[in-house]
Amino acid sequence: MITSSQTPLIELRGITKRFGGVTALDDVSLSIMPGEIHCLAGENGSGKSTIIKVMSGVYRADAGTILIDGKPVGPLDPVKSTHAGIQVIYQDFSLFPTLTVTENLTLNTFLGEGAALVDRRRARRMAEEVLDRLGVDLPLDAAVETLPTSGRQLVAIARAVLAEARLIVMDEPTTALTGREVERLFRITRDLQSHGIAILFVSHKMREMLDLPERLTVFRNGRKVAEGPITDFDEAAITRAMTGQELARGHYEAPRQAGTPRLEFRGVSVPGELAEVSLSLWPGEVVGVSGLIGSGRTELALAAFGMRPGVSGHILIDGQPADPQTVQDAIAAGIGYVPEDRLSEGLFLPRPIRDNSIAASIRRFTRGAWLDRRAAAAATRDMFDRMAIAAPSPEVPVATLSGGNQQRVMIGRWLMTQARVLILNGPTVGVDVGSKATIHAIIHRMAREEGLAVLMISDDVPELVANCNRVLTMTAGRITGELSGEALTEDALNDSLRLNAPAAEVSA
Amino acid sequence: MSLIHAAPARRGGTPWWGSTEAMVAGVLLLAMALIGTINPAFWSLDNIFSLLRSNVVIGIMALGVLLVMISGGIDVSFPAFAVAAMYLVVRAMVEWGISGVALPFLAATLIGACLGAVNATIVHRLRMIPLIVTLGTAAMVRGLLNGVVGTSNVNINKYPDSLIGFGSTDLVTLTNAKGASFGLTATLLLYLGLALAIHLVLTRTMIGRSVFAYGASPESAKRVGFRTGRTLLFVYVTAGALAGFAGLLHSSMIWMANPRDFVGWELDVIAAVVLGGASIFGGRGSVLGTMLGVFTLVMIKNSLILMGIDTTWQRVVVGAMLIAAVALTALRDRKALV
Repeated sequence: MITSSQTPLIELRGITKRFGGVTALDDVSLSIMPGEIHCLAGENGSGKSTIIKVMSGVYRADAGTILIDGKPVGPLDPVKSTHAGIQVIYQDFSLFPTLTVTENLTLNTFLGEGAALVDRRRARRMAEEVLDRLGVDLPLDAAVETLPTSGRQLVAIARAVLAEARLIVMDEPTTALTGREVERLFRITRDLQSHGIAILFVSHKMREMLDLPERLTVFRNGRKVAEGPITDFDEAAITRAMTGQELARGHYEAPRQAGTPRLEFRGVSVPGELAEVSLSLWPGEVVGVSGLIGSGRTELALAAFGMRPGVSGHILIDGQPADPQTVQDAIAAGIGYVPEDRLSEGLFLPRPIRDNSIAASIRRFTRGAWLDRRAAAAATRDMFDRMAIAAPSPEVPVATLSGGNQQRVMIGRWLMTQARVLILNGPTVGVDVGSKATIHAIIHRMAREEGLAVLMISDDVPELVANCNRVLTMTAGRITGELSGEALTEDALNDSLRLNAPAAEVSA
Repeated sequence: MSLIHAAPARRGGTPWWGSTEAMVAGVLLLAMALIGTINPAFWSLDNIFSLLRSNVVIGIMALGVLLVMISGGIDVSFPAFAVAAMYLVVRAMVEWGISGVALPFLAATLIGACLGAVNATIVHRLRMIPLIVTLGTAAMVRGLLNGVVGTSNVNINKYPDSLIGFGSTDLVTLTNAKGASFGLTATLLLYLGLALAIHLVLTRTMIGRSVFAYGASPESAKRVGFRTGRTLLFVYVTAGALAGFAGLLHSSMIWMANPRDFVGWELDVIAAVVLGGASIFGGRGSVLGTMLGVFTLVMIKNSLILMGIDTTWQRVVVGAMLIAAVALTALRDRKALV
């Protein structure tokens, strides 16, 4: 369907963009054909976001030319870019939370027309038309803030369509979506394509890169390192292009289950959240937990970490009843928890790695009211080396680290408490492919060598399959499935998650 | 995570009885019933007219503060702007023997608008927090006014007759049981007219919607292509203009120009706007709600006076109402207070 004789909708040639002394884009070219689905892949910091902002006119390139429909245009600004039919859907969707769906959909159209007054009747008609066209249903008079993430994303997409987009750029659109919602997004994306709209899909998730696009471009460190039809790529080739190194992917084999379980849930219930959950984790196991948001997977972790009031049933550590009522109880019992949002729930960003890492184990380093600085520094150094944290020293603020290194500090913190059970919630969200592998390797080593039991809560099906010896699926507060050994495959897990979706869900 | 089951009909907005305005109106009616029971004199036309009269100046100022709050800011400079516009105009009229009504009000409005433009410029260009900016401009304007222009009152003996005549025009005049006459001030029409105008601008025009958009998410407003500098200019210039206008109106209703007037009005007006459902986080608020908030506040203060409660204690009550209203709206917005 795409022939080389066609003129690209937009073509960027030799784009260079520097910020101070840092070169974010170095002589990069990218072209997008009308009506194609193009995937832009790369790790965090590879320049993906920068080139999007050059296209949308937020940034002005230091060198290079931009052609639209084969004709050179000067540097783009947001207005020019919109006029050329380029619409960017940022990760935060750039919506107005307190305004209605209708208004969010139509404001920028009116703005583009230079209207002085708001024609409410026309706005409603436009909103209805575009939602019909996309085949989705949204409450038009509801404030956008009352919609779930997937709904907000639909509003952002519909808004782009209404603005007569010829190219919709989606910046990591699946980050906050569940598997089912991702599939709906894919369906809508293909639908848009059939209406002649080109899509630039920015992603670093393998499955999306292989499933959706027709062409793929890979960035690394501000350079384009690969480009071509998706049929030219496979997983290994993409990984090599993204990271510059080979990546092994396999299964995690746990030691044989023997003796008492490290962590045991006996009929644990939380009213409205968990119903009679029983499970056992043996030393050395890495057990995955998956399920839709609201399935109770996070509540399971919070119950074990003493953060859920009204827990009934029993939680045992090494056969001893722990039943943590508070976070302090949980830590004392040897449980560590890495939350989903490490930035807001876990780390003290302006403080050095050392202060962050001793936060949970500070009692070990106190003598009376005083902190034993030397012991704390030594323990931090040890953790710093074991976790292979890429930083000049343990004294630098955590805010200066990459997502992957921040996550290592979080995990390292719990190792310093001598935790025997580690609960990870979305351990590699926002962490790039290379760093992901390091984190997984560290988790596996600790499980195998130190007998740690790990509960890994994640949305990322390939991650669970490659790194867990067992995966549990949850629905409505219950454990509804378990996959292990040969049966643990991505397809099987995807199927299991799909089956578990509430039947009442009438997805559009 | 389906969107559909949550939406019985495609409209799916909040029903009118669930709106903030309806809740404020409910609180107001409840308070009226309570006050009326304690003191039946509350329902006398005399008292109602006097209440409405007290709504006018604070109400016009509240419209300006509403704009600023919807845009996500907060304005504490309007009392200073009001006093500056009022005192400059009245002093000029006295010194140069100028008479008239329209011209003085136009001048006061313009002075307020210019001062508002200063706020807008600093907030936009220097990307500073509106609270700090307006605190600073308020102090400077008050200081300059008293330092350069003077600190002496213009009392009724010197006060321009044209303004006295304007400020004391009544729509209807009645006589109460004791034989004294009382009236419903015509300035109420100015308040209602301005309120309607601001309502229409906020709900029906793009500049009005840009205020909501900016307040809801400044970054999104920029990305969608709103010229946010213009939005802020509109917000602060309008707020300043309303303050200047209200300042002179206040003075013409009390036949006196006090260059140290309006001290502490920030509290009352901001409390009234928050009481009316505007969000301190921006993006939310309405003229109707604000008018209800103003009425509630004025009525409660008025009743405290009728009950003979000391003015110092009134501030405690207004302060408590402000905190309660902020807490309630924050609860509504489901955002944590930091």
